[in-house]
Amino acid sequence: MPQSPTLMDWLPTLSDFRGNLRAALAISDSGNRLEKLANIAQHRLGFLETIQLDQAVSRLGALEIAGFSAVRLAILASSTVDHLVPAIRVACLRRGLVVDVHVGAYGQHRQDLLNPASALHQFRPQAILLSLTAREAIAGVPIMATVAEVDQAIDRQVDELRNLWRKARETFKATVVQQTFLDAADPVFGSYDRLVPAAPSRLIARLNDRMSQAAASESVLLLDVARASERNGVDAWFDRGRWFQAKMEVSPPAAPLYGDLAARVLAAQRGLSKKCLVLDLDNTLWGGVIGDDGLEGIVLGQGSALGEAHLAFQRYALQLKARGIILAVCSKNDSATAEAVFENHPEMVLKRTDIAAFIANWHDKAENLKTIATRLNIGLDSLVFVDDNPVERARVRESLPMVAVPELPEDAARFVPCLADAGYFEAISFTVEDSQRAAQYAANAEREDLLGSSRSVDDFLRGLEMSVSFGPIGTLDLVRATQLINKTNQFNPTTRRYTGDELAALAAAPENVTLQFRLLDRFSDNGLVSAMILRPDPGEPEVLEIDTWVMSCRVFGRDLEREAMNVAVEAASHRGVRSFRASYVPTKKNGVISNLYPGLGFTRMEQTVPTDGATRWYLNLADYEYRPTHIARISKEND
Amino acid sequence: MTDQDILALFTKIIRDLLSDESITLTMETKREEVPNWDSMNYINFIAAVEIELGVKFGVADIESFEDVGAIVAKTSAMLR
Repeated sequence: MPQSPTLMDWLPTLSDFRGNLRAALAISDSGNRLEKLANIAQHRLGFLETIQLDQAVSRLGALEIAGFSAVRLAILASSTVDHLVPAIRVACLRRGLVVDVHVGAYGQHRQDLLNPASALHQFRPQAILLSLTAREAIAGVPIMATVAEVDQAIDRQVDELRNLWRKARETFKATVVQQTFLDAADPVFGSYDRLVPAAPSRLIARLNDRMSQAAASESVLLLDVARASERNGVDAWFDRGRWFQAKMEVSPPAAPLYGDLAARVLAAQRGLSKKCLVLDLDNTLWGGVIGDDGLEGIVLGQGSALGEAHLAFQRYALQLKARGIILAVCSKNDSATAEAVFENHPEMVLKRTDIAAFIANWHDKAENLKTIATRLNIGLDSLVFVDDNPVERARVRESLPMVAVPELPEDAARFVPCLADAGYFEAISFTVEDSQRAAQYAANAEREDLLGSSRSVDDFLRGLEMSVSFGPIGTLDLVRATQLINKTNQFNPTTRRYTGDELAALAAAPENVTLQFRLLDRFSDNGLVSAMILRPDPGEPEVLEIDTWVMSCRVFGRDLEREAMNVAVEAASHRGVRSFRASYVPTKKNGVISNLYPGLGFTRMEQTVPTDGATRWYLNLADYEYRPTHIARISKEND
Repeated sequence: MTDQDILALFTKIIRDLLSDESITLTMETKREEVPNWDSMNYINFIAAVEIELGVKFGVADIESFEDVGAIVAKTSAMLR
């Protein structure tokens, strides 16, 4: 049987699906069972296996399980999507999300959104996926329509969508995800279609363009099935028979991939996308083994198809770096031999300075990956490890299941599409800070050197020559601040997430105090690295609650939290605020700040919410002990 | 693949699809005799057979199947 174009071949195969599923179902503890089912979900599953796995998860019922986040997702569609639900749930489970799905009545998305008595309203979705077909949207545009008439018709459609998005967000405060329109239209003129504004394929392309622009301005996320179907071939995505029989727009064999695409967007919105690409060297970045073949013997660069394939892979890694993905190396080699290739091989596209953490030794790779994560100060679950050696891959998957390890194809020519199609680095925004991030991590390594040469921490902090600029969260800060709030898991005492619109509303409310902090040091501008939202207690305007406080892990250990609190206390005191209250809600990831509030002089309040283990803290501003830091203030923009 | 092999495969597929190990299909089985084998799961079943065996049913075939035996016969003809 030919391999399906929508097969997710970056996922490892599971030799005994039934046996594994049976073993999972035999586990009585629901948390352990879900862990096992999530592990099965890490593998390449077919249409039927996906349904079976989903049924096993459904049998667990509604769940609150440590390590997994629950999400209520509503799908509003103008085609049949029931067969996509298991795939979405399984792909979300792959990313630690347990999803409860509500499917709106077929073609009733407008009524569902507008009618407060609808089942959708009872469901209270946290995310809404709009999956609409182009048929409806382009019907009625006559083939002789002019460009202006086409634009008018398209704009009407986009305006209607915009109203639906706003309605969805206002009513439910939900994340809205809009699926791009699948182009299943057939040529009418042939090649000349491209010159006819109202040719169906042109209409759909135009609709997708305008809709995407509108979505960006409304902070609506995109699920780009149009692009995916171009990549895999529209016949792999759209099956005419299934459309006529059941009004399915996405064919059943494409369902697992559809689910994965949807899950990537939902996970990215929760800050769960990967951050770092860890590369093996021999037979991954170049052909051959440097230790055996020597600098002249390895295959890299022009003149050899294999050499060009490895070069293309290096170029792709560099593209990822340019958008802010951190690069690291983890190789079994002598360090000097490995580094020499980066320094001396004329065809190397990747330079030593592109690599934020470089580990070449003979130790176990799983241990080395831990070192890389520690050195970069990111979680192991932020790593993608690329290695041509199946034994190393299996070893890392076994001991570090949270590290993503793509099943690299044997043919080096396929390395790039394998990594690209796996979608590990799904983004929902792109900011200047993102593009600078990789450089900042490289600067971190230089800071490490400074730390090594410093006599004391104090000495080190002084040597960094840090300065902070700060102010209320303004319009220009919104994108980055939203990203930080949604991505930050470690320095995040409450783990509250806000959409861009919600944050804009919080920042605009005069009773709130919002702050953003940008940290510079002698090595780099770290950009906006911390944000704070303080809201008055209803009825107690003299008390501010620290609703949200996030800080990028890049700047941990610099005393920025103290300087930020100094700033917050000053800003609040000017307003006549007498005290702060704060919660610390422990999660799997925020243990690093378990002593944040006592360290800043807050006092524990007796009342503790037993369910989530939260502790409550307060600070009388009059008692706040103002302790200076080594961070100079650049400006005082706050009111 | 004999017709009996195909029938056995169909039984395996429908058991997996409906999470019901008690189902055993015969050539005479009609869809309405199998609990939960509704129209949605009929399409899912057809899709699973197509994926599993690399065959493709026409829209007319799918509407015309009266019993499992008819699906087996058509599948067998396509595999030949």
